[in-house]
Amino acid sequence: MNLILLILAGIFVNNYVMSQFLGICPFLGVSKKVDTAAGMGMAVIFVMSLAAAAAWLVYSLILVPLNITYLYNIAFILLIASLVQFVEMFLKKSAPALYQALGVFLPLITTNCAVLGVAVTNMQKGYNFIESVLNAVGGAAGFALAIILFAGIRERIADNDTPKAFDGFPMALITAGLMSIAFLGFSGLIKL
Amino acid sequence: MANPVKIIKNGIINENPTFIQVIGMCPTLAVTSSAINGIGMGLSTTAVLIFANIFVSLLRKVIPDTVRIPCFIVVIATFVTIIEFMLKAYLPALNASLGLYIPLIVVNCIILARAEAFASKNGPFSSACDGIGMGLGFTLALGVLGLVREFIGAGTLFDITVLPEAFPRTLLFVMAPGAFFTLACLMAILNHFRNKKA
Repeated sequence: MNLILLILAGIFVNNYVMSQFLGICPFLGVSKKVDTAAGMGMAVIFVMSLAAAAAWLVYSLILVPLNITYLYNIAFILLIASLVQFVEMFLKKSAPALYQALGVFLPLITTNCAVLGVAVTNMQKGYNFIESVLNAVGGAAGFALAIILFAGIRERIADNDTPKAFDGFPMALITAGLMSIAFLGFSGLIKL
Repeated sequence: MANPVKIIKNGIINENPTFIQVIGMCPTLAVTSSAINGIGMGLSTTAVLIFANIFVSLLRKVIPDTVRIPCFIVVIATFVTIIEFMLKAYLPALNASLGLYIPLIVVNCIILARAEAFASKNGPFSSACDGIGMGLGFTLALGVLGLVREFIGAGTLFDITVLPEAFPRTLLFVMAPGAFFTLACLMAILNHFRNKKA
């Protein structure tokens, strides 16, 4: 039961983009079209779940026994960077269709702070393996939901007249702000 | 060698990382609920940026081109870890309020972008200047954003109450949506002046 709540909280209440500002760069950068936003969302779900699982293993099987937990940041970022590279090579060989769909988004994920953020949060909150993975799945699904909704709104806005000074980024930020208010509505839903 | 003053000014004004290049958005939005947090984050990032730039610049001839990005990341992560320990030891309150976002300086695109675009092509002194300029530009943006949000949202400036008690606070501005709105308005104002000039 709690595990289901953990996923729901990740998607709605603690939405990485809307309430914690993680992964804003891809959120603003690859959200001009719904298709690309969906591709990015899927790639993030895939990599984030893998990264959270791998980070948990590295932390509890290597860093803790060796008493070098203070190196967690360096270990995690290297892990994520190499994992992304590995996933890219693996997909290219074994699932070319999936690689075609996700390919261009994969390198960008290394600098998606939500991926590192999830690994660090799991560590700080002392989640066990299953909780860590579910937290990542929920968080990533929340990211995908937010970026797809956002891209849908931006597609509509692109056809409208906006004040000249607000063209481009300011308008996108206002849109994100309004979405963020909507997500605030979920905040009382689940207490963790 | 380029003029150090020019490099610094370039980072603060002409190529301001937040307002012109629009990179490093996550910490910009996340920690600017008050001016002190914003400036604290800006200065921490500046410190990492300066040292990372110097070291990347010193190592630029040693690092093979194909693996340069992972190498840059290790250099950056090292300095972030050092800064994290310093904050924990000397400024525990700031460390607590910045929380998760301190380790996340590693993935701040500004630092990797400067390592790639500037430090890997220039000498250590110019790179240090570039780090100072970009860092101060970032700090300035975060400070302004923090000041505006703190003033509207809590009626205080640097934790000192300036608005009378009876004046209503717009709490929304210290919460998540306020960050988006404030940054949008600041950018729109800058755009307005730039359009006028052009």
